[in-house]
Amino acid sequence: MGQSLFIGEKLTCIRGGRTVFAGLDLSIGKGEVLVLEGPNGSGKSSLIRLLSGLIRPRNGSLFWQGQDATREPEIYQQKIHYIGHRNAIKPVLTVLENLGYWAGCSPKKSQDLSGLEQALDQFNMLSLKDTPANLLSSGQSRRLTLSRLLATDKPLWLLDEPSVGLDVSSVALLETAIRRHREKGGAVILATHTAIDLDSPKRMNLSDFSPLYNTSLLQQESLEESWI
Amino acid sequence: MKAFLNIVTRDLHLSLRQRSDIIMAVLFFILTATLFPFGLGPEPNLLARIAPGIIWVTALLSVLLSLERLFLADYEDGSLEQLVLSRASLESAVLAKVLAHWLTTGLPLMAAAPLIALLFNMDSDAFLILIIAMALGTPSLSLIGAIAATLTLGARRGGVLIPLLVLPLYIPTLIFGVGAIDAAMNSLEAGAVLANAKPQLFFLGAIFLVSLLIAPLAGAAALRQAME
Repeated sequence: MGQSLFIGEKLTCIRGGRTVFAGLDLSIGKGEVLVLEGPNGSGKSSLIRLLSGLIRPRNGSLFWQGQDATREPEIYQQKIHYIGHRNAIKPVLTVLENLGYWAGCSPKKSQDLSGLEQALDQFNMLSLKDTPANLLSSGQSRRLTLSRLLATDKPLWLLDEPSVGLDVSSVALLETAIRRHREKGGAVILATHTAIDLDSPKRMNLSDFSPLYNTSLLQQESLEESWI
Repeated sequence: MKAFLNIVTRDLHLSLRQRSDIIMAVLFFILTATLFPFGLGPEPNLLARIAPGIIWVTALLSVLLSLERLFLADYEDGSLEQLVLSRASLESAVLAKVLAHWLTTGLPLMAAAPLIALLFNMDSDAFLILIIAMALGTPSLSLIGAIAATLTLGARRGGVLIPLLVLPLYIPTLIFGVGAIDAAMNSLEAGAVLANAKPQLFFLGAIFLVSLLIAPLAGAAALRQAME
């Protein structure tokens, strides 16, 4: 289904001296969704941070549209949306101001404003646009964070537990946003524990690559160490 | 450039919403400086002689107070991750944050300094040099402070570490800042004030240029480390 947008080869991540995952391959093409599964601590968040370029892989390579981006994540970082556990919301700013600074545009300009309001509307946040963010509930904060995805158009979304704190109807809004993004040729990689209804997603279970859950990897690792 | 201005306006916007931070730094500056006449006794000659040193030392301490909030709030709420992934290079993002910090800390201190000079009966001929020295010196304080603020991000109780890292590096600014005002006060003719203080002002300018070069590079490297 389409050409590959983003490829990772033999990715290994070591944090605090512990191997989180090793020898992981993945690829995602236009219009595809990759769902990362696995128990707690199997490295879903680490993989998403690694793909976003926030942390560097110990081994392996990343290719963005065929271009080697392992050492220079800057070449694709402007083309991704990363949504982590934390919402990055400033409590003293209003909902609209928060979104405006993320999108890098000013809510004072009318042509920018309509785009921001549209993004808020799709996550049902438009009625709260002038509310200071410190008054938002946790689900509303999450929806504000997710509306960032729609405020600026980027081909790849990296979502780490996007549905945390969302009610059923808000999860449906997220599903709609993902579906529209795919129709436009966008790709999504997401980690989740809750059921998000997606059309024919690719799935990857990270416990296959984690020495914590896959003991054959552990033996391999200790063999390598003893050899050294 | 647009991304740079976006960060500066965002930080200024945040500071203006939480004015207490700005007011606190300036109030601390004025209050500690006014303690000295009570401790040393109201002798006009003595106070006039020690005024430059007291102004600079209390200015250093007030800048120190504000350094922790320079990056910590963004680090804790996840905004820093978004900053790393944004269009701005990390170096220019550090510079933008430092500029906003100086506008909300260094500039108010500069404006309050003549008030303290007046209180200490400082020679009015030296007022101009006081302002120039503060204008050249306080940006260096923000720049050098940013290095320590970024370095201590991952550390537990990093706020306690900042003074230990920063104060030794502030000594050159202190020496030449006080030296410039002393030289101005010691000049015999009113017309020769600027000429007398010139060497020290050049040194302050040199410190500023060196820290302008080093701080963004060091700060960006420390931020990348903090993302790990």
